[in-house]
Amino acid sequence: MGIHLYRIDDRLIHGQVVVGWGQPLNIRFLVLVDDLVASSDWEKELYRMAIPPEMEIYFADVGSAIRDHARYAADPRPGLLITSDIASMHRLVNGVKAIGSVNLGGIHHRAGRAEKLRYIFLTPDEERQLRELEAAGIEVTAQDVPSARAVPLAEVLEGESR
Amino acid sequence: MNDEVVGGPGKPRAIVVGHGEFAGGLVSAVGQICGLADKLVVLSMMGMTPEDIEGAIREQIARTGARVIFTDLPAGSATLAARRIVKDDPGVVLVSGVNLATLLDFVFNTSVSPTEAARAAAERGKASLIVVGR
Repeated sequence: MGIHLYRIDDRLIHGQVVVGWGQPLNIRFLVLVDDLVASSDWEKELYRMAIPPEMEIYFADVGSAIRDHARYAADPRPGLLITSDIASMHRLVNGVKAIGSVNLGGIHHRAGRAEKLRYIFLTPDEERQLRELEAAGIEVTAQDVPSARAVPLAEVLEGESR
Repeated sequence: MNDEVVGGPGKPRAIVVGHGEFAGGLVSAVGQICGLADKLVVLSMMGMTPEDIEGAIREQIARTGARVIFTDLPAGSATLAARRIVKDDPGVVLVSGVNLATLLDFVFNTSVSPTEAARAAAERGKASLIVVGR
């Protein structure tokens, strides 16, 4: 079992994650990797209260997620790991060297970002980091919900799937 | 009664936020059933960041004076945003898991404060979920 989905989503825990992916993948534990959330008891409690009772949630900053990744991967239950931004996932992938694919689930509009898909907006630096992941052999696709088509990174960056 | 009774004719008493067209659909149904849709403000969060959602709710609270937020899903972005607002302003009440029975009870209950009406409406909404058949 272990981690079934590595997702980048700036909303972190929300309906698409807990229900949209959580139900069909039968997710039983979440790993929320975020330096700010991991350092705040209030933030951790906020997200803990949002998940259904059948799921367990772990909080980690990127450094501890790298250290504990082998434990998450060996967990007999199906899990989902999520970061709120590309930079955190980039650091995690580089530190773990055992992640085969990354899902772009939601990176929304902010100043400096350009629209690629309805739910994916990227800065030039974020584009560069995603290209680096792919160059390192990681399969990067955009897919907000399981019923949607997984859009390959090259197509995402061209913005052809809007 | 812990807060002021607000919500005169046409004045919103609560904000309804949800996924997709959920909030608009619910409030539309309230309007169709009893004509009191103007007691509720609809917010859709499609394509919004968590910060956008929180900002939009705060803006509506400031604009309308509403003290109640209804959201659809406990794990949803709107619920998390509303919880941050409640933390900053304990006078605001959040009801997550809203359904039509909840909103109908809420809009009719004008004899108490909106926050008290929200608590009572949540109980009515829970009781409205029934299972028929084997």
